[in-house]
Amino acid sequence: MRFIMKLNYDEDLRLFRYRSTFFWYLALVLGLLILPALLDNYFISLLNFIAIYSIASIGMMLLTGYTGQVSLGHAAFLAMGSYTSAILTIKGWPFLVALPISGIFAALVGIVIGLPALRLSGLYLAIATMGFAFIVDEILVRWESLTRGNLGIYLSPPSIGPLTFDSEKSFYYLGLAILILTLLAAKNILRSPTGRAMIAIRDSEVAAQTMGINLAKYKTVAFALSAFFTGIAGSLYAHKVTFINPESYTLLVSIELLVMIIIGGLGSLHGAIYGTAFVILLPQLIILTKDHLPSFVRDQTGLEAGLYGLMIILFILFEPLGLYGRWLKTKFYFETFPLYKKETFKKEKKFYKAERH
Amino acid sequence: MSFFKAENISISFGGIKALSRVRFEISQGEVFGIIGPNGAGKTTIFNCISRFYDLQEGRIFFRDKEISRMGSHRVASLGIARTFQNIELFKNMTVMDNLLLGRHRHRRSNLFQEVLFSKSVRQQERKSREKAEEIIDFLDLQAYRDQVVAGLSFGLQKIVELGRALTVEPALLLLDEPSSGMNVEETEDLANWIIDIKEELSITVLLVEHNMRLVTEVSDRVLALNFGEVIAEGSPQKVMKDPEVIKAYLGEESAFIKRQKH
Repeated sequence: MRFIMKLNYDEDLRLFRYRSTFFWYLALVLGLLILPALLDNYFISLLNFIAIYSIASIGMMLLTGYTGQVSLGHAAFLAMGSYTSAILTIKGWPFLVALPISGIFAALVGIVIGLPALRLSGLYLAIATMGFAFIVDEILVRWESLTRGNLGIYLSPPSIGPLTFDSEKSFYYLGLAILILTLLAAKNILRSPTGRAMIAIRDSEVAAQTMGINLAKYKTVAFALSAFFTGIAGSLYAHKVTFINPESYTLLVSIELLVMIIIGGLGSLHGAIYGTAFVILLPQLIILTKDHLPSFVRDQTGLEAGLYGLMIILFILFEPLGLYGRWLKTKFYFETFPLYKKETFKKEKKFYKAERH
Repeated sequence: MSFFKAENISISFGGIKALSRVRFEISQGEVFGIIGPNGAGKTTIFNCISRFYDLQEGRIFFRDKEISRMGSHRVASLGIARTFQNIELFKNMTVMDNLLLGRHRHRRSNLFQEVLFSKSVRQQERKSREKAEEIIDFLDLQAYRDQVVAGLSFGLQKIVELGRALTVEPALLLLDEPSSGMNVEETEDLANWIIDIKEELSITVLLVEHNMRLVTEVSDRVLALNFGEVIAEGSPQKVMKDPEVIKAYLGEESAFIKRQKH
């Protein structure tokens, strides 16, 4: 067991609580840096998608996991990012400029979408954001002079100066770098007054107001931040697959993002990454095991969607804290061995099951 | 300059007149108590001040500024903090995080500085923690600093809520039945804290309370309400002896008995 003995306030403000945590993360980053040397292109490609979607799900986590505002329209922000980046780079803007602009543009749209959020909550907000996603989808299809409609846009892989990230391996390092920057930014926001205000809004709007927190402002900020990160992910996605059309941003994508953060664990950045890895790897797992499954399961259409649904139900019922919660419990079990009891996390579980999100 | 003034405030819910033309004034540095039977409109006054309800008539001034048209968060950021009768804490956070949220009104950093966690943000966070520690010392909460609020007893949660209101560093503190759910010992501590809040922290206190002993002990002046109307105002001793107040608490019957005796 470890005993926390803080001697000054800075120890409370550190990014990594213990020296050892820092070294573990350092080891993780080093491991990730040499990983592509050990894997073939197919697996690196999977890792690239995990990195891209992790950035989006961190955005989603800030909004839904930390501020408690459910969104079913994040595919639209992803599309905003993709199309902004595509149109700008085709016009000759460098990728390094187009990337932040796609984030900023998505954020601006996020602010506009955030406005109805001030009056809606829960299910109603989810429906409103879903409606917004349909509108964006329709615009992308109809505004052919700009988006080429259903024909889609072909674009080039990202390049920064003389560097071009056209191979899986080179893209991997770009994705990893942006993911790490995103994580640092999100972590910094969360340990600052803005992050605390967002969590406060999730836990009790009444109390948040009496602390002087402007609900309208911080909900809008949450929407903007969330849309910003999702827009960045959208831009990366577009340059990764080098072809985009409105079909890539359907309702199912929004739902996938929601699945990621629920399975990963609402209210944790680790969870966003775990959940993303899980959701990206699940279809691969199905493909791998398909040959060994009985034919009536194997030939079922919509096996993936069905499994997502089942996973959400099982997680909400038995592990509302998600994969991250499971990881914490396992860690706690070994740290406090043999004192762990079944009831140790009962209260937390109850809280997350309660209708507070 | 008047510190706090409620001018003829009225509000009704459906057919029920919850407050009718209530007026009172609080001067800086005093503890002002509001008493009255259940449903007299005490908590309604608090909800009008912190702007959860819209007044139908009358105005409320804080330091000569009208606050009865502002948003809730604006009122709070002027330096009016409150607690709730049924506790509104951030239940899944630790005691420390709850207290840190009280510092929100002193936020000076902007979002960009926070994303980079710049030196000034770090400085500000240090200061917030310093202040939170002061309040932890003040209320003897050291043992619970890193505990999640949901796991604490009701009485302790009330104290944490008081602590959170104090980290706001308010000029006016609204306490809504702070002693409900507390045991005798905790209530005694509470009485001492309220006096210390007034004398050491120089915060003006507006107190709604059912525990008459506590009210008499700590209040400088008391306002008695019944059915949304003011029935008495003055020193605690005077208000407690007021026949209208006795009637409100003991009911019409005792007054009826008294009348028969005449």
